[in-house]
Amino acid sequence: MKSVRHFFKSFLFFELLLGMRLTGRYLFRRKFTVQYPDEKTPMSPRFRGLHALRRYPNGEERCIACKLCEAVCPALAITIHSEEREDGTRRTSRYDIDLFKCIFCGFCEEACPVDSIVETHIFEYHFENRGEQIMTKDKLLAIGDRFEKEIAEARAIDAPYR
Amino acid sequence: MFDWILNLFHSLPTVMQILIAIQLIVIPLMLGVAYLTFAERKIIGYIQVRVGPNRVGPRGWLQPIADAVKLLMKEVIVPSNANRFLFLSAPVLTIAPALAAWAVIPFFEDGALADVNAGLLYLLALTSLGAYGIIIAGWASNSKYALMGSLRSAAQLVSYEIAMGFALVGVLMAAGSMNVGEIVKAQEGSIYHWFLLPLLPLFFVYFISGVAETNRAPFDVAEGESEIVAGFHVEYSGMAFAVFFLAEYANMILISALTAVLFLGGWLSPFQGILPAAMFDWPVIGTLLGDGLHWFLIKTALFLFIFLWFRATFPRYRYDQIMRLGWKVLIPVTIVWLFVLGVFVAFDVGPWFA
Repeated sequence: MKSVRHFFKSFLFFELLLGMRLTGRYLFRRKFTVQYPDEKTPMSPRFRGLHALRRYPNGEERCIACKLCEAVCPALAITIHSEEREDGTRRTSRYDIDLFKCIFCGFCEEACPVDSIVETHIFEYHFENRGEQIMTKDKLLAIGDRFEKEIAEARAIDAPYR
Repeated sequence: MFDWILNLFHSLPTVMQILIAIQLIVIPLMLGVAYLTFAERKIIGYIQVRVGPNRVGPRGWLQPIADAVKLLMKEVIVPSNANRFLFLSAPVLTIAPALAAWAVIPFFEDGALADVNAGLLYLLALTSLGAYGIIIAGWASNSKYALMGSLRSAAQLVSYEIAMGFALVGVLMAAGSMNVGEIVKAQEGSIYHWFLLPLLPLFFVYFISGVAETNRAPFDVAEGESEIVAGFHVEYSGMAFAVFFLAEYANMILISALTAVLFLGGWLSPFQGILPAAMFDWPVIGTLLGDGLHWFLIKTALFLFIFLWFRATFPRYRYDQIMRLGWKVLIPVTIVWLFVLGVFVAFDVGPWFA
């Protein structure tokens, strides 16, 4: 009996037709595609993109060279050299992030006691030459200066959940 | 206006007439191939809930042109250990039969390039000839993947040729003629006179073997991207590859057109014999409802869509299962149905053989 049923099922293409009905239905589904450069997906305020170093409103850089970010970085992407500035405070003389090593985990941002190193929402960038992937202190501070408004907004939205 | 063109055409020497007729078939066919690739990417994209190519030109309509230009620009690389002559002649051997077979397809009443009496035999001969191109390509490439792909393809073509041939024998018995135009005329009457119903099992066998014959999914083991890279055309690039590509898609269109002609009454209108005959005399609607080229094209497009639908639905067959299906299922089915058909014909059953 079972073999008879199997015989008819296979000769009437029962299961093949079921499959084709399914794909036939998907033909008319709403498409998931996001036409990227024209349309963009919504972005969380917690988005972890390109790094930036922030400053206080008075222009003083936040980073105090505690090296917690360097210590926590799982990819060993951060290199920090520090020295004493003439006013006696400890500051970084060098703050490099190798973006080829970085895995954008956001640990550096979490570790930072002064909210200096942050990850911004910028993700559309490229390098044209070898060596450009090393983000130096100057470049990071420049990004921070340029996007300070957006960075502060994103932190403010996320503050209640931290 | 139209008469003037027709008169001019008939005043030309015969050779010129034939050449122009060939152009009239080949150029639309090539455009059809180009837009079939576009349709394939769009339809498979839609089934996979994507939108498919839509960047080149309005809604992506220039995509096939861009693809063709890209392939034209590319270098044709001949591997250093390949047999150069065979390597370069293989694509030609593949596309020549794919195009030549179109000579006997009747696009509308008496609209075939060559009204051959043994048209069915000619078709059978030419569609199998395509295997040579594939085998030669695989051998001449001097690459193990190419050789394996071509061997698989050759074995598959030989196995499915038998089932296909038997399905054609069924059509031959039903129509009583080998002339493709006569076969369509034998289906005249109404939609119930088409060979679809009396030859239903043979229709399925023919279309399935057709899919296998053109090396399309789910029978595309000859290409088998995940197993043997791209099969027989791994070593081909540029225009040489494009010619293989053209041949594959031209064959797809050919099989669809043949299925439409042999089982769905080619140019015959499905409304024939159902709507009152007076309706076909109405000015524009009558022409649209009546027999003509457009019905042939619609039926062909339907089967092409099914080709693409198959590709989007079914995973690739395992090689031994392909052989099992060909030898142990399709061939017995055709033989059984040939006997049934013999009984039908002997006792004048139904509207078909009365």
